[in-house]
Amino acid sequence: MSTVNPPVLPDLSARRVPPLGGFNLTALRLEIRRLLRNRRTVIITMAFPVIFFLLFGLNSAYALLPAGPGAHGNTSALVMISLELYGAVAATTFGGAMVSIERAQGWSRQLRLTPLSPAAYIAMKVLTALVLGAGSVIAVNIVGLLTNKASMPGYLWVVTALCVWIGSLLFAAFGLFMGYLLPTENVMQLMSLLLTLLSFAGGLFIPLSQYPHAIQEIAKWTPLYGLNQLVHAPMLGGSIPWYWPVNVVVWLAIFVAGAVWRFQKDTARV
Amino acid sequence: MTVTTPTSLAVKLTGIHKNFHHVQAVRGVDIEVESGEIVAILGPNGAGKTTTIDMILGLSQPTTGEVTVYGMHPRHAISRGLVSAVMQTGGLLKDLTVAETVEYTASLFAHTQETREVLSRAGIGEIADRRVAKCSGGEQQRLRFALALLSDPELLVLDEPTTGMDVEGRRSFWAAIRKDAEQGRTVLFATHYLEEADAYADRIILLRHGRIVADGTAAEIKAMAAGRTVRATLPGADEAALQALPGVESLEVRGDTVLIHTNDSDAAARYLLTETGARDLEIAARGIEEAFLALTGDDTDAPAAAADVKTMETI
Repeated sequence: MSTVNPPVLPDLSARRVPPLGGFNLTALRLEIRRLLRNRRTVIITMAFPVIFFLLFGLNSAYALLPAGPGAHGNTSALVMISLELYGAVAATTFGGAMVSIERAQGWSRQLRLTPLSPAAYIAMKVLTALVLGAGSVIAVNIVGLLTNKASMPGYLWVVTALCVWIGSLLFAAFGLFMGYLLPTENVMQLMSLLLTLLSFAGGLFIPLSQYPHAIQEIAKWTPLYGLNQLVHAPMLGGSIPWYWPVNVVVWLAIFVAGAVWRFQKDTARV
Repeated sequence: MTVTTPTSLAVKLTGIHKNFHHVQAVRGVDIEVESGEIVAILGPNGAGKTTTIDMILGLSQPTTGEVTVYGMHPRHAISRGLVSAVMQTGGLLKDLTVAETVEYTASLFAHTQETREVLSRAGIGEIADRRVAKCSGGEQQRLRFALALLSDPELLVLDEPTTGMDVEGRRSFWAAIRKDAEQGRTVLFATHYLEEADAYADRIILLRHGRIVADGTAAEIKAMAAGRTVRATLPGADEAALQALPGVESLEVRGDTVLIHTNDSDAAARYLLTETGARDLEIAARGIEEAFLALTGDDTDAPAAAADVKTMETI
């Protein structure tokens, strides 16, 4: 190869690896901006819970009715908590499922040509989802406060909102699993449908006690059931049966295992 | 993770094989690319170009063999911003703007160049605020180029970068790459356009069915392509004598017919007509396209191709 330029020794010592596997706030900010640009995401996570609450949570009978025997709040507060949970899990599911769109558009592959580590990528996805989830929870709480129908002690507003927000991590894992499972740009439509079904099954929209007994028994096995019971528990008082937390832990294990499994398949294939 | 001893080798592939289930996409490839070289990997679709490039970029692992980039595992070289790539299609988020895409990518590296400077070098400074979804194919490709420039890589890898571009887009894209390479960047690109390899590479590696069939400078490939084929009817040809003629690259004897691939057709013709009883002499020029096809094609000229391969490898 006599005609080519003489070999130059590149100065490799000046080349550094970024800290935290490439995790950074600039990328996080752009991720959040992207999510907010998606009209469907904003409508489902912010507008739906607020509108549902305005429609179904402000019944004046609800304001007078305690949420249950020994409860610390009224029925209006119970409805508000359910819708908080719906908005928060929708946000984390969509945040996780964005992976699917990025895989379909080849962005994941592009990212593998950067220093970004898979762990940092997933951390950014989960944090983005949590930020959107927080927005949804705060929106519902503000509307709840302003409409002045939902009633429970002040500390329960904070405790419940935090429970909902942290609990929604379960669905970040669900979203990631679905995101790595389904390589499609239409994943959001599918997720909205699935979430609606799971919300009915989990008793978020209609109290489970109003379903036939057989359906109530089946509902106990669905992934939103345990979480829905747990986030209402501080307000409703009473004891917590063992199968509520078990439901959450088992589904979390399933979603995380599924996400890891699909993720490994994905990186091996590309 | 430590940087190994300084090496002038940008890329080193040793005994690379890559199988996908029962398909052998790459079967025994050895490539060494020196720093500062502009190398084309040329071959038809399915020759193993993209598979080879994916392994250089650490996107996939060889079934057997070893890949190092600047003496490191490809993934480590990428983490340090030593290597960038412009891929064929996709790889961009439609809902970000051009500037946001660059900003996002820049945020992932330890060191990057100015976003604005990179945009203008890639010729997309004016469309910084445009959504990626609204950019034309050529604009998207320039954006990919801008992303690749961000970390000021030592090695730039391009996988069929001009697929789907029009002639003008292709020309201006290569002008930008060429200008960039003048600063000493190593460039490795895959293409199935012969003219592209010819016009822009210092060295061409021809791939066929996952093997290297020729590896030489563009000038050497051209010299080969400039050769002619002298065909004559000559019963009982003295193969050794024909082979010894000046400029002969390869020789084929099919029954009474001899085919001499040579870059000195005059000498061969003179010899045949004056020193032997050859008749029905024909001289045919071989175009560069034809040479390429002979080397990479799958047709009945396979023996000729194999002969050419041999000559090329001894260059």
